[in-house]
Amino acid sequence: MENPILYTENLSVGYGADPVLRELCLQAQPGKILTLVGPNGAGKTTLLKTLMHELPPLAGAIWLDGRELERMREREIARLSAAVLTERPEPELMRCFEVVAAGRYPHTGTLGLLSEADKDIVRESMELVGVFELRDRPFTQISDGQRQRLLLARALCQEPKLLLLDEPTSFLDLRHKLDFLSLLRQLARSRGIAVILSLHELDLAQKFSDRLLCLRDGKIDRSGSPEEIFAGDYPERLYGVEQGTYDVRFGSVEPPALGGAPRIFVLGGGGSGIPVYRALHRKGIPFAAGVLPENDMDLPVARALAARVFTDRAFEPVGEAAVAQALAVLSNCEGLILCPERLGSQLAANRALLDYAGEHGLLLDRKGLELP
Amino acid sequence: MNDPRIKRYRLSFALLALLLVLLLALNAGVGSTALGGAELWRALLHREEGGMAARILWSIRLPRLLSAALLGGALAVAGYLLQTFFSNPIAGPFVLGISSGAKLLVALTMIGCLSRGLVMRAWVMVAAAFLGSLLCMGAILLVARKMRGMAMLIVCGVMIGYVCSAITEIAVSFAEDSNIVNLHNWSMGSFAGIGWGDVGFAALLVLLCLGWAMLLSKPMGAYQLGEGYARNMGVNVRSFRLQLILLSSLLAAAVTAFAGPISFVGVAVPHLIKSLFGTAQPRRMIPACFLGGAVFCLGCDLLARMAFAPMELSISSVTAVFGAPVVIAMLLRRQKR
Repeated sequence: MENPILYTENLSVGYGADPVLRELCLQAQPGKILTLVGPNGAGKTTLLKTLMHELPPLAGAIWLDGRELERMREREIARLSAAVLTERPEPELMRCFEVVAAGRYPHTGTLGLLSEADKDIVRESMELVGVFELRDRPFTQISDGQRQRLLLARALCQEPKLLLLDEPTSFLDLRHKLDFLSLLRQLARSRGIAVILSLHELDLAQKFSDRLLCLRDGKIDRSGSPEEIFAGDYPERLYGVEQGTYDVRFGSVEPPALGGAPRIFVLGGGGSGIPVYRALHRKGIPFAAGVLPENDMDLPVARALAARVFTDRAFEPVGEAAVAQALAVLSNCEGLILCPERLGSQLAANRALLDYAGEHGLLLDRKGLELP
Repeated sequence: MNDPRIKRYRLSFALLALLLVLLLALNAGVGSTALGGAELWRALLHREEGGMAARILWSIRLPRLLSAALLGGALAVAGYLLQTFFSNPIAGPFVLGISSGAKLLVALTMIGCLSRGLVMRAWVMVAAAFLGSLLCMGAILLVARKMRGMAMLIVCGVMIGYVCSAITEIAVSFAEDSNIVNLHNWSMGSFAGIGWGDVGFAALLVLLCLGWAMLLSKPMGAYQLGEGYARNMGVNVRSFRLQLILLSSLLAAAVTAFAGPISFVGVAVPHLIKSLFGTAQPRRMIPACFLGGAVFCLGCDLLARMAFAPMELSISSVTAVFGAPVVIAMLLRRQKR
């Protein structure tokens, strides 16, 4: 493994005398993204502020590029590590170019005049994150997505080996979240910059990080690759989720299932059941779902939301035995909703359910129920 | 470089310089004894043998116009520094009560000295004013730590200003009769009666402060992005903030010690200058605010002298008449955004 750009030794961070986090050992590798996740108040921002030299460590040491952070001068630190913060600057009459150029601070002379070489670096940084066309716009009049990109360009202007970002995606919409993190991913790889960021979006953390650091109860609860972290129900435990579920494979969040005896049977399959499950759940109607092969894409949502779920072996047609069990539940239901346009060979056995519903007048019209 | 912005900066500087020269000439020439161009020139070149005109120019008008220019400039720069410090466009030495604090201590020192028959030296006045400024600055900083929002800060500043002014009034009313006229004139603000010695001292002080401010222009630029970003770029925020406080207090103190409290210059001029230049870059704003403040105060002093001649107005009432509407216009424009 390469030498880390930054590592900590038994670091304790916090305000005043009370540590928020104790005995942290972490390291940031060049070209890799390390993401801090954890519930609100776990100390993500406090840790980042300490790594940024904004707060003094309460105990332990931080090593930046082979030297102890506390013994370095501000300028030396600024040449190695740059930040994107949660605070939203509103500088008066400042053009975007000037905001980015401010990042040259640790490299310019006493009066802060920009040389041609400095201007080239500003331009290059702006082009790299795709905001050069904004150069003459007033900084206070651009969108949130553009603002985050500009602040990233500003940080790049410091020519850092380490980037620290505190919840950089908080104010962004979905598209800009993805854009921003993809950009970060690409910058880390192409420039060999070590990145440490905090994220609230667990699904994005899973997809864009090389390593995750889960902070909880004043310590590193777990650390490792996304595959290691997202095994089993760890994310739910990390956040102390008691209501609802988190699907680690898709990063989707579901509310808790409705209890009680199912009133409606949903005959789904191949994704057609999901909108109906959600609609029934919203209306507060407990339902049963089935019969689905174990590999059906309806199944994760059905498992999260349905009162009962009937399944059968993956990659095989649904068998008679499973349908028989489902039939017993259907007989106590107020109706059946058919979702897929055709059952096909895999779901063929479910025809028995459909026939039963037809005979007993249980077949429900989706339109009549105001369902999708 | 053919950058339109650079062109705008150059034109703006040229405009300010032109106005400055024009107003300097007007202030020198206009008065109860009007001096024409040729007369003025001769009096300027021949101080000793220029007769009446030379005496008026050298002993009355020149020290007055030079102090108006220097102190006006100093006030505008002090305002700009305070606005940077508080990230608040309506902060200024007068609205924050700093000028009034300086006034209070100068008045107390003056009464103390005069009643003992001591002569006040320029540096004693400045030192007293500086102490007063720092005390009020300290009070404002305590308030600023407790609350956010630019309006509250200003309200507190105005209150502190009132308290200081009230105490000054009380002190003045207990002063001996012979002192009152002197004190009263000064406490209303005026560029009259400043001697050459004071002008020299003020010039030295103000120009040193200006140089110091220029050296701070780089961290000031970074600070405009907020404290966190400034620190991340390598600014030693604590030392920088301390320097800003000392510098703006010193400038405000110099003005108050020599000319008394002068209102609104510190807020109105930086705003006008920013609008004129279309930028807030400190290394351009500091000299530009200085020039702008000089122009503004020269113009106001001319009006103070001439509007109801031979009666003279206090400089503060003239600057308020022109400065306050600018501030109101600025607030309205911000509201719209």
